[in-house]
Amino acid sequence: MRHLIDILDLSKEEIDELCETATDIINDPDKYNEVCKHKILATLFFEPSTRTRLSFESAMLSLGGEVLGFSEAQSSSAAKGESVADTVRTVSCYSDIIAMRHPKEGAPFVASRVAEVPIINAGDGGHNHPTQTLTDLLTIHREKGRFDDLTIGVCGDLKFGRTVHSLIAAMSRYKNIKFVLISPDELKLPSYVKKDIMQKNGMEYYETRDLLEKMGELDILYMTRVQRERFFNEEDYLRLKDSYILTLDKLETAKKDLTIMHPLPRVNEIATEVDTDPRARYFAQVRNGRYIRMALILKLLKEAENEH
Amino acid sequence: MNIDSIVNGVVIDHISAGKAMKLYELLGLEKLDCSVAIIKNVHSNRMGKKDIIKIDADVPVDFDLIGYVDPDCTINIIKNEKLIEKKTISLPEELHNVIFCKNPRCITSVERGLEHVFKLTDKKNKIYRCIYCETKAEQVL
Ligand SMILES: [Zn+2]
Repeated sequence: MRHLIDILDLSKEEIDELCETATDIINDPDKYNEVCKHKILATLFFEPSTRTRLSFESAMLSLGGEVLGFSEAQSSSAAKGESVADTVRTVSCYSDIIAMRHPKEGAPFVASRVAEVPIINAGDGGHNHPTQTLTDLLTIHREKGRFDDLTIGVCGDLKFGRTVHSLIAAMSRYKNIKFVLISPDELKLPSYVKKDIMQKNGMEYYETRDLLEKMGELDILYMTRVQRERFFNEEDYLRLKDSYILTLDKLETAKKDLTIMHPLPRVNEIATEVDTDPRARYFAQVRNGRYIRMALILKLLKEAENEH
Repeated sequence: MNIDSIVNGVVIDHISAGKAMKLYELLGLEKLDCSVAIIKNVHSNRMGKKDIIKIDADVPVDFDLIGYVDPDCTINIIKNEKLIEKKTISLPEELHNVIFCKNPRCITSVERGLEHVFKLTDKKNKIYRCIYCETKAEQVL
């Protein structure tokens, strides 16, 4: 049985294939609106994440399928102390595919070892969130038409931001990728990511505290939230938070075809005045999230069917 | 027991000097009824100094655990005072319930009946990672 637990479970070729399917869905949605008729997606959300859950449900409904599930642990059997393995064995009997979010790292992997239907990891704690990374990849594919030869700025919380770590891992398989790592010293990219992923794959990177320093070189600027609770004291937070807010002024030296991305939700790290700039693509990114999930559900269901 | 001769049992030889006590603990040998000898700082031509553990009974021992603690040891199985098998061991690819994940955010901290499994991800540096959360195992020694 094929599952998606970690973005690197997918080969480069499969990522290309998913992006192509998603593009075809965007161009001709009618062709796909009944392809999952009579199929059921279960969304098992052991912790709430309305945004991700809606994206999965919208994807399945757009394919003509049905959805069922729960949106927090309190309303599930987990509240009665049932194990992840037992919950998933049970839900396997009611559904054709499962999207699962869980606060504990590795829970979807445990699920994948007992499930009789494909499992999609919809986020396991601070560990993996492969469909967010797929969303980012589809956005890059659509905006740039390539995965090679890109200079990507990532800005904000690079220490705890798992979306950034996964994006770096996913991009490590492509040629001539350069990362500009923009963060305060307190939130720098962990050294194991630099060592185990970037150096190992010969990726070029440059660390800076200054959002403007390399602005003119960037093809993509990936903004993330700088969260108050990550700082040891309020003073540091207040001192640093404004240096990582993207405004129109700061985009003056940026390329005309820069792509600005953000996994959302944002707080204040991108000023709303940027939203109408054609380079702001974060809402397109959300839409891409739905299409790439449609492509993924289709692929996993097809592979599961071929197995039987 | 005469530490030189064993009728039926297991001799763990060529243990790096100083590791025998740790191995004794991890293998749970204190729970055995039979005699167990720990011989420390034995002269060895190959190693300078080495430790040896002799178990005077035909008990199953966890080769993976021994390999994890000290991949350079050799294990001799003795039957009727004769050496019937000499095993050299190596770092095991996977460890099942030998070491335990200490990451409080890992699913192993809450899921009942779940085996703790670690995979060897870096042979040179002897790094094992939890297969669920990918946290590095703490070095035993
Ligand atoms: Zn773990």
